[in-house]
Amino acid sequence: MPIIKEKTPMPSQDPQERSRNFNEVALGYTEEMALKEAERCIQCKNEPCRQGCPVEVDIPAFILKMKEKDYDGAIAKIKEKSNLPAICGRVCPQESQCEKYCTLGKKNEPVGIGRLERYAADYELNKGVTPPEVPASTGKKVAVVGGGPASLTAAADLARLGHQVTLFEALHVAGGVLMYGIPQFRLPKEVVQTEIDYIRKLGVDIRTNAVIGKISTVDELLEQGYDAVFIGTGAGLPYFMDIPGENLNGVYSANEFLTRTNLMKGYKFPEYATPIKVGKKVAVVGAGNVAMDGARTALRLGAEESYIVYRRSAEEMPARTEEIHHAEEEGVQFKLLTSPTEIVATDDGWVKGMTCVKYELGEPDASGRRRPIAIEGSEFFMEVDTVVMAIGQGPNPLVPTTTPGMELNKKGTIKADEESGATTKEGVFAGGDIVTGAATVILAMGAGKKAAKAIDEYLKNKA
Amino acid sequence: MYQIVATKVLAPTIKLFEIKAPMVAAKAQAGQFIILRVDEEGERIPLTIADYNRDAGTITTIFQEIGYTTKKLGALNEGDSLVDFVGPLGQASEIENFGRIVCVGGGVGVAPLYPITRALKEAGNEVISIIGARSKDLLILEDEMRSVSDTLLVATDDGSYGHKGFVTDLLKQVIEEKGDVKHVWAIGPVVMMRAVTGTTKPYEVPTIVSMNPIMVDGTGMCGACRVSVGNETKFACVDGPEFDGHLVDWDLAIRRLAIFKDEEKRAEAAASCGGGCGCQ
Ligand SMILES: Cc1cc2nc3c(=O)[nH]c(=O)nc-3n(C[C@H](O)[C@H](O)[C@H](O)COP(=O)(O)OP(=O)(O)OC[C@H]3O[C@@H](n4cnc5c(N)ncnc54)[C@H](O)[C@@H]3O)c2cc1C
Ligand SMILES: Cc1cc2nc3c(=O)[nH]c(=O)nc-3n(C[C@H](O)[C@H](O)[C@H](O)COP(=O)(O)OP(=O)(O)OC[C@H]3O[C@@H](n4cnc5c(N)ncnc54)[C@H](O)[C@@H]3O)c2cc1C
Ligand code: SF4
Ligand code: FES
Repeated sequence: MPIIKEKTPMPSQDPQERSRNFNEVALGYTEEMALKEAERCIQCKNEPCRQGCPVEVDIPAFILKMKEKDYDGAIAKIKEKSNLPAICGRVCPQESQCEKYCTLGKKNEPVGIGRLERYAADYELNKGVTPPEVPASTGKKVAVVGGGPASLTAAADLARLGHQVTLFEALHVAGGVLMYGIPQFRLPKEVVQTEIDYIRKLGVDIRTNAVIGKISTVDELLEQGYDAVFIGTGAGLPYFMDIPGENLNGVYSANEFLTRTNLMKGYKFPEYATPIKVGKKVAVVGAGNVAMDGARTALRLGAEESYIVYRRSAEEMPARTEEIHHAEEEGVQFKLLTSPTEIVATDDGWVKGMTCVKYELGEPDASGRRRPIAIEGSEFFMEVDTVVMAIGQGPNPLVPTTTPGMELNKKGTIKADEESGATTKEGVFAGGDIVTGAATVILAMGAGKKAAKAIDEYLKNKA
Repeated sequence: MYQIVATKVLAPTIKLFEIKAPMVAAKAQAGQFIILRVDEEGERIPLTIADYNRDAGTITTIFQEIGYTTKKLGALNEGDSLVDFVGPLGQASEIENFGRIVCVGGGVGVAPLYPITRALKEAGNEVISIIGARSKDLLILEDEMRSVSDTLLVATDDGSYGHKGFVTDLLKQVIEEKGDVKHVWAIGPVVMMRAVTGTTKPYEVPTIVSMNPIMVDGTGMCGACRVSVGNETKFACVDGPEFDGHLVDWDLAIRRLAIFKDEEKRAEAAASCGGGCGCQ
């Protein structure tokens, strides 16, 4: 059979229509499409795709099950390693992970591994997830701090190993960025909650409205009888640029903008009571996933024009290719090699525009990316009435600053062993964005997995 | 679920709720706040901890019904429950024995001032308290404040009780007549706190205020609560809510409180007609 060169396309909502609603953009494969795509996999013996997966999903094995129409078998294979497949299938940057190493990708398009994963996961979600068997209790108690993908993964794996797990989440729902950051149109919240329910069914006690560092410190958790603590509090501290006008009315951090919309369902205001105000012309500063989400959300909230303002060029944009592509299709406009120097106010203190300068790219810097250099005399005024700052997030200091004896890195992230997540404090492990700085869902899950393994070892050796 | 175990009407539109939240009560300190949601569709609103009872596991909060959510909250009864209640958030007041201090409270701001005043009294300070309201029927916690103060002075805008005029008139009088005021605490509407800092500035009396910006998460994640203090941006929910009043950018604070004015009106209008009719 000849090799089909291209990935089976995944149907998506019409760009015109979807840029005005919050329904999911990518619609997922039909069974026929899934089978067609699974057929493309040549089942390489050396499994190159697996080396790109931070949680080591047995990719060829699950695709083989798909080929055999054994979808239950396929999802079971995935779940041996990943506790959140419907989420990963939607938001993992596959092009720089598994699919990057796929043999087919050398000459043609790689196998659509992410899309197949999503198909298998959705198949199970639609059918109803069978609660897993929970092993006999080891009698050990573990506290997991935070409710994002790192913590959820660590909690699930620890529960599967028979430990009694309590997860503490500061917000009123668990899920972390999956709930408050990534928009509904990319990752439906119902999907996240179903996957979290699965983790609850594993016996994990999820306590929301619990801010660690306030309600209990890490030391107090250890005193209360938890044998180990995992910290997965993420990188939730929004950065601002430190330019004049950033506190004007109409300037949001991406976190506020997205939290009001997603977690608080501001797009359903006033049925949901949390307001979100968006003007006619919105500028989102930055070009990562967060920025794309902000710019696309602005359109859906009624903005007439939505801009990405980024000081490097298209090549350096850190967002997933698919997200950039979707944003373009929906009409987001890209102002590249551009950066604001000041946000300018109307007489009553609202945003009226930004003074920007143009940039050019110089020699590569330490990060390997070409350094942006401001072009002298290139100032221009950009008329906008809403600005969303999406230039990055740092570690939230609430837990780090209330945990004596736990060393931090210069940027305030927690110092943890890459393999085990062990911190410099006995019995305390950490992983995800709080260790690495803002990264990806799957890396956070990978860290949660490794930490769970290490915590299990630690508990076995602990009297 | 967090049950409301007692309610009390303190003044028209000002209510006191005692809410069962043992974990929060165990840790609460003067100066801190909580965030609650009334129901699943609800907004997260911050309210100061007016008192706590560690034995009973309850938090007392006093609120003014001013908009959509506080009115909805005020309509609840003893025995009803809230879906969410998180705290204690923010930094506790830094209580010391300063010597002679003045605590100034305006309107519903007297509520958060009360536990701070009590703690300052317990720390050995000579406490002069000045509380005010628009009129006598809006004055709250007079007896409670008297019980933790060496001297209590009252002002009402309309003169229906105590001094006719503003709390700042009385504050100026106290500073001039008694002298040697080491510290001032002021909690109330933003315009009142600004006026207090204006009063104490010429005498160089350190003045602490409690900022009440718009908030969402209350844990330093969203940046909605930005205030400018000494030209530095601070997040009131984690760095505050108390700040040096002489360094606060008041114009900015007042402007930022108005961000969602139009939307707030829409929410209330929708609620009053049942919503969904599209009349707004
Ligand atoms: C808008 C946006 C879009 C993104 N898009 C993608 C994408 O498409 N693909 C991708 O792979 N990655 C994406 N990312 C990055 C990815 O979401 C993160 O890397 C990942 O969520 C990190 O997981 P985590 O578990 O470390 O932390 P988080 O997801 O940040 O979760 C941390 C949790 O801990 C809680 N918490 C914090 N402090 C405390 C405390 N003191 N006590 C209790 N709980 C606490 C927080 O409330 C939060 O729920 C995106 C991020 C954002 C913001
Ligand atoms: C740390 C802190 C402690 C507070 N303590 C108390 C208290 O003890 N008692 C009390 O009555 N009020 C307190 N507030 C104010 C209280 O949170 C607001 O009155 C409430 O959120 C208004 O909600 P609403 O829906 O009823 O009114 P809305 O219709 O939403 O708004 C009415 C007005 O309230 C202001 N406002 C709106 N949302 C917020 C918000 N999230 N935070 C602050 N102000 C807002 C705006 O200026 C607005 O014009 C406190 C605020 C903060 C930040
Ligand atoms: S590398 Fe590609 S073709 Fe080979 S097994 Fe993995 S998915 Fe299949
Ligand atoms: S309320 Fe979100 S950072 Fe303070």
